[in-house]
Amino acid sequence: MQKYKKNINLLLGAGILLLFFGMMVVSYFYTPYDVNSMDIPNKLQEPSKTHIFGTDEFGRDIFSRILKGSQTAFIVGLLTVAIGAFFGVLIGGIAGYAGGLLDEVFMRIMDALMAFPGIILALMLVAVFGPGIINTSIALGIIAIPSIARVTRSGFVQQKESEYVTAAKLIGVKPYKIMFKHILPNISSQIIVALSIAFAIAMLAEAALSYLGLGVQPPDPSWGRMLKDAQSFLISSPWYTYAPGGAITLLVLGLYLLSNAIRDIMDPRSK
Amino acid sequence: MTKNKEVLLKVSKLKTYFPVKTNKFGKKPVLKAVDDISLFVYKGETLGIVGESGSGKSTLGRTILKLVEPTEGEIIFEGEPIQEQKGSKLQQTRNQMQMIFQDPFGSLNPRMRIEKIIEEPIKMHTNLSKIERKARVRELIGKVGLSEEALKKFPHEFSGGQRQRIGIARALAINPKFIIADEPVSALDVSIQSQVLNLMMDLQDEFRLTYLFISHDLSVIKHISDRIAVMYLGRIVEMGTKDALYENPLHPYTKALLSAIPVVNFEKKREEIEITGELPSPVDPPIGCAFHTRCPFAMDRCRHERPQLKNRNEAQQVACFLYEDSEVNKESSILEV
Repeated sequence: MQKYKKNINLLLGAGILLLFFGMMVVSYFYTPYDVNSMDIPNKLQEPSKTHIFGTDEFGRDIFSRILKGSQTAFIVGLLTVAIGAFFGVLIGGIAGYAGGLLDEVFMRIMDALMAFPGIILALMLVAVFGPGIINTSIALGIIAIPSIARVTRSGFVQQKESEYVTAAKLIGVKPYKIMFKHILPNISSQIIVALSIAFAIAMLAEAALSYLGLGVQPPDPSWGRMLKDAQSFLISSPWYTYAPGGAITLLVLGLYLLSNAIRDIMDPRSK
Repeated sequence: MTKNKEVLLKVSKLKTYFPVKTNKFGKKPVLKAVDDISLFVYKGETLGIVGESGSGKSTLGRTILKLVEPTEGEIIFEGEPIQEQKGSKLQQTRNQMQMIFQDPFGSLNPRMRIEKIIEEPIKMHTNLSKIERKARVRELIGKVGLSEEALKKFPHEFSGGQRQRIGIARALAINPKFIIADEPVSALDVSIQSQVLNLMMDLQDEFRLTYLFISHDLSVIKHISDRIAVMYLGRIVEMGTKDALYENPLHPYTKALLSAIPVVNFEKKREEIEITGELPSPVDPPIGCAFHTRCPFAMDRCRHERPQLKNRNEAQQVACFLYEDSEVNKESSILEV
């Protein structure tokens, strides 16, 4: 228990993540202003008591849009991680446990996938399937597969030679059960770390795609899109960028801190 | 002697070769981990396999369980050849043969509670209800000398000796007849070793188990075995009853091994044989007798011809040309009790 309390990464990371998670939950029930209602006379107002992050070029409340934008961020992040985790663990697990030709084939496909710069691949996929939250998530999920598959594979390769696996084989436990009931729980910490990093990367990529206008489509608020819009007013209203930029930075930072903390805590050598 | 006992396991001309990766074209070198081994294991006895590391004793055990595919030869368990068995047929055989592992830290899944670890084989191979299974697990844990509180714990909460007891309980869960123990006590403290050995011997009496006990430790082997086979570089160089082998070792390698045991009794003079050098590589074993490179009695013949394991007297078999001509060393066999 001691090491949980003393771990500042864990406290900060979990704190930040909880804060955003709370924001997301709240945004489903309440935002200070309607997210999409325009108020042209009050456009581009500086932060004040009525609009704590100011208003955008259509007079919409930025704070409300940041709140609502956290929904997008979480949906894209979770969906991406879900897709990446499912296929990554499956492919990595089979490759690592079966070994041989199957391993070679699967991992070379993963290498090929990795050879594309992630954002370019995402751009291509979005260009083919069209923009939107779901398509963006699928594209980012596909990009997340190789790194998760690699982590899973190396864990399986390491664990499959252990004597507890041999013991399970002798008893006659079926291969899929050995893979998912015996080995997987023993490498869950490595996989969780990989997933939290994938989560952070997905959020950054979503912001980047939306910034390029290919991610989440208006009027759905997205932090990346808000940054893009703010760009035009960088000189006249620099504060416009603070909120979306800060939100992205803070959430990604929180995820990295958390993944570091998880790795430290779950590493058996630190016990 | 064990002559009129029933044979449980017969291994004949068993070979296990592993391919070795090299860059050379054309030539495919193999590592001869088990090289032409034949032996019997009788019901209810303990056959000790002793040899230095790299002698192939663990591979022999694993090949018998078919964890490693044999390259050649036969494994006959209860009259049935199993070397070709696969799938559910093999599993039926394996249910009769279980294994106790060397590493008490690696052989139990760190993320499973003890209860689940012991229950797993019962769940897979019997039709017992949940309550009956729990009762069986409690019975087993008691048999190996642990309390029922242990069942709710995880492996890391136990010491090495306790974990080895859990491993034994798991091996016994589905009432096997034959247990291969691969260096089960070599990772334990000496004080714990004897406890685990005695437990294994008690369980052997109670459940009429047959052991194949693999170890590099001569005193451990002496304690538990009825008969002993000495392995060197994938071959059995000498095999015999415990008493005969310890009283009257025939093969120079066995003699050397036994003379290396420290003794307190200085009264009794022993023949001391020192061997030098390292174990040759099993990828490229010496031609002829595998031991000739280190044997103080090596003759010309040993460098060309491979000696076969032959009956030397009614209790011992030896693979050595020194005894080919059976009258030469008659005086040494007088010592036999």
